[in-house]
Amino acid sequence: MASFLFGAAGFVLTMVALGLVVILQRPAEVDHMMAAQLLGTGGVAILLLLATATETPPVVDVALLLALFAAFAAVAFVRSASDRQGEISKATSGR
Amino acid sequence: MSLALDIFTVSAVSAGAFFFLAGTVGLLRFPDALTRLHALTKVDNLGLGLVVLGLLPQANGPFSALKLVSIWLLVQLSGAIVTQLIAGAIRPRGPHR
Repeated sequence: MASFLFGAAGFVLTMVALGLVVILQRPAEVDHMMAAQLLGTGGVAILLLLATATETPPVVDVALLLALFAAFAAVAFVRSASDRQGEISKATSGR
Repeated sequence: MSLALDIFTVSAVSAGAFFFLAGTVGLLRFPDALTRLHALTKVDNLGLGLVVLGLLPQANGPFSALKLVSIWLLVQLSGAIVTQLIAGAIRPRGPHR
């Protein structure tokens, strides 16, 4: 069972890495944010698989933190984007 | 019994890995940011859900199983909210135009 789980973790890691390479080559800022989200979801899956495969339960806590940080990162991105948008609309409407 | 659980784990984790593959393919093939966001968040959350479902029989004890499920719920909840937020931020003139 452990070797199957290692294989599955490796497969998911390959998929996430492939997605990251493609996303990071795109110019738009939102694509970079999506890269962080992809690493969040995929990283949680990889860590959970590894935690079960190696029978090290603390790795599950690492997965939990990764999920939490991915959510924080996205909220920070959206806040900074809407701040900038607010400045633009202020600058164009004069208010 | 243990064999049946192992078969369940193998099939659910394989299905989850397949959904990660589908998410990456969508990311490569979809034309614009909103559709890619869709592929990324929906499909990958489904993949994670299947992986967690497959790992449940391997968890030692009900509490570690509960922990796995709550991690999945956290990712699901934050994924759904964050997708809406990002889509709202990149959509140029708000939701109604």
